[in-house]
Amino acid sequence: MSIHHKSNWELLKNGMFGENTIFRMAISLCPSIAVTNGLKNGVALGVSVMFVQTMVNITVSAMRKFIHPKIRIPIFMLVIAGYVTIIDMLMATYARAVYREIGLYIQIIVAFASIFARAEVFASKNKIIPSFFDGLGMGIGFLLAMIVISFFRELLGKGELWGISFVSGNPLLIMILPAGGFLAVGLLMGFFNWVDIKFYGGKGASGAG
Amino acid sequence: MDFVKLFELVVAASLINNFVFTRFLGLCIFFGVSRKMETAVGMSITFTAVMVVSAALSWVVYEKIMIPLDLTFLKIIIFIGIVAAFVQSADTIMKKVSPALYYKLGVYLALITTNCIILAVPLINAGEKYNFFESLAFGLGSGLGFALALVIMASIRERLEVADVPAPFRGLPISFIIAGLIALAFTGFSGLITL
Repeated sequence: MSIHHKSNWELLKNGMFGENTIFRMAISLCPSIAVTNGLKNGVALGVSVMFVQTMVNITVSAMRKFIHPKIRIPIFMLVIAGYVTIIDMLMATYARAVYREIGLYIQIIVAFASIFARAEVFASKNKIIPSFFDGLGMGIGFLLAMIVISFFRELLGKGELWGISFVSGNPLLIMILPAGGFLAVGLLMGFFNWVDIKFYGGKGASGAG
Repeated sequence: MDFVKLFELVVAASLINNFVFTRFLGLCIFFGVSRKMETAVGMSITFTAVMVVSAALSWVVYEKIMIPLDLTFLKIIIFIGIVAAFVQSADTIMKKVSPALYYKLGVYLALITTNCIILAVPLINAGEKYNFFESLAFGLGSGLGFALALVIMASIRERLEVADVPAPFRGLPISFIIAGLIALAFTGFSGLITL
């Protein structure tokens, strides 16, 4: 009883572009601003989310026949929280420096709407393999968005990339301030909408809010 | 009990470390419900109430159950469980006791579980080792700060309805840019109180 009729590649692509978590769906926005003041932090959180998203999709899909629909919400929450705890502990042990800066946001992954939404919408109704690709695609899409935002913010705000400085002179300090995060995401979102309207004849992202 | 410290915590949590504008939490809800003043106010009231109660509940569970039993590594799972259970029961109780209030605010209750602030406050309380009243003050300040942000944003977005915004920026992108400008103003609060 599977409702999916897309190839695995299409599933991947859908997550990466068509339903990109941040720019198209406009959910899970908190980290897109909070941890994108440097490429390193952005990538660390992006990879964590990718891991959690994929594992949650696989787990929920594997258990979909045993989960009673009435209590599915707490069950999904527990599955997500379990994987987040794993990544939280791994980061705390092996990536101390990064963890000190973004630890809170790693723990907050539990409350991400995007992960929950994929478990509910896709994984609970599909077989394991498509669920894996769906989760991976969503994760990659999120990671890409994080890379794009943090690339611009670190480059403009500090004149550095991955902590290596190569632009001399005064950087645009506002970009790494909190305000710069909002501006960067707003401008990038506007840009992607413009591309969509101009070249694909779309109507721009509707977004949740 | 040190009232000055508590007052400072409330001010710090609501203005200086405003969750929306300097910690970037709860953005989904922030952009989701700030379209109309009415929903913004409803959300603010519900949210502040839930915030204070769940800060108190999770403090009790953390200090009295998790630390003695050495279960602190499970704090993410337990806190989200507490919040979800509390919101669910508040929903049920409100429906029975006060249908009128439920009709007005019930819809926001359901939304609250997806708000990251609700999880961040217990986690920060535990991390900073606040005592019971400090946890309450921090929860209250966070709730008030979120309410303030929502009301400011809603009043701007209501005016935005009649503004002529370029097509690609309509809706969310322009809201982000406005939030950026407000955040810039909030930077002015930094250094007001040093804890």
